[in-house]
Amino acid sequence: MTAHLLLTELAVRAGAKAHETTSACPCGAATLADRPDATVVRHAATVAKAHAPDTDPAGLAPRLALAARIPGILLPPLAPAPAALHGRLVTFWPYGTPVDPDDPDLAPWEAAGTLLARLHRTPAPAGLPEMRGPAKAAHAVARLHAAGPHPAVAPVLSAWRALPAWARAEAPQPDTTTVCHGDLHLGQLVRHPAPDGPWRLIDVDDLGVGVAAWDLARPAAWYACGLLPPEEWTRFLAAYRAEDGPAVPGGGDPWSALDVPARALTVQTAARSVVKAVARGRQLDEVEQCLVDACARMGSVPPQLTAGRAK
Amino acid sequence: MQCPKCHAQMHTYNRNGVQIEQCSNCRGIFLDYGELEALTRLESQWSQPGPPPPAAPQGYPQAAPVAPAWGAPQGGGHYGGHHGGHHRQKGFGRMLFSS
Repeated sequence: MTAHLLLTELAVRAGAKAHETTSACPCGAATLADRPDATVVRHAATVAKAHAPDTDPAGLAPRLALAARIPGILLPPLAPAPAALHGRLVTFWPYGTPVDPDDPDLAPWEAAGTLLARLHRTPAPAGLPEMRGPAKAAHAVARLHAAGPHPAVAPVLSAWRALPAWARAEAPQPDTTTVCHGDLHLGQLVRHPAPDGPWRLIDVDDLGVGVAAWDLARPAAWYACGLLPPEEWTRFLAAYRAEDGPAVPGGGDPWSALDVPARALTVQTAARSVVKAVARGRQLDEVEQCLVDACARMGSVPPQLTAGRAK
Repeated sequence: MQCPKCHAQMHTYNRNGVQIEQCSNCRGIFLDYGELEALTRLESQWSQPGPPPPAAPQGYPQAAPVAPAWGAPQGGGHYGGHHGGHHRQKGFGRMLFSS
């Protein structure tokens, strides 16, 4: 099946789902994302997502069920079970307004911290699989191995090898009871109902039990690498702590818990950047070089091996 | 000298002729009297030559949130306004919105 066919049929499915609930439909359809790991189309107020071809149905079902159970935290799906379409699993969601990438000042750092804290305090349902953050990082590093020669490969791999086995997805995570999002970034928050409802977390693909600090670690890594201003990092962390988030101590230095996951996410982002730069035959840009430089500096400071014990 | 916050050793750096002390552990920065004004003046000269420096608020001592030792030199420092803002413009739309 061609990617184009999937996109066309996914749009048809989204349209059919949208017309189930509304007869007055402006029928404005749009492709929100078309990547190897997910194809997402919108039809009016309905969004259809074709999950990655290797998505495990037994893993997606409990993740979807959890999203349906905590609608104040995760955007709830429109249908309780995935549909099958040309060998891909398809889920349906209400449309929510995303964060505007062109307006950093409007980024909802407080909502992100608050929602994560509530998610982390949610009792884990039986059968919820492991959070997939470390597995995704390992996947990015595996692709770096195959990328070919580049001066940034050595420092990134060296920083990776210094991480504990759980952070490299080579051992179970030290926490098996805390619900985590697994892939938090600013594209994972939407306002529902659009355009100005409350913020909700989206994307359940990596949801699972694991080390909750992983969910704070991408903003932490951005702050550490100079990509996120201190004020915004502080707003996010303070909101998380105000909601009694369990991933970091309630006060003082949070880096005993954040150090390992933030290193792993810096490595993951650096690895993806290098793979892209090699594939396109271009230099690393200034931001990408910041990440590689951070990996190089990790070599002189051993990781703080206390992640997952902050509770 | 020792860091007033975490008591680790502080190291002296020279930034454009201004001496600043940075903690080797928590990356917090200590400025002597007048040094913040001197840095602000230098920064405004760097970003927009010409206009007089704005009156800087009294910020003494300055403590940025804790950052790891492997972080960028500007990551934990309050003087990251210039550098952080610069990277933020380029990095925000892309890095902060993708896996």
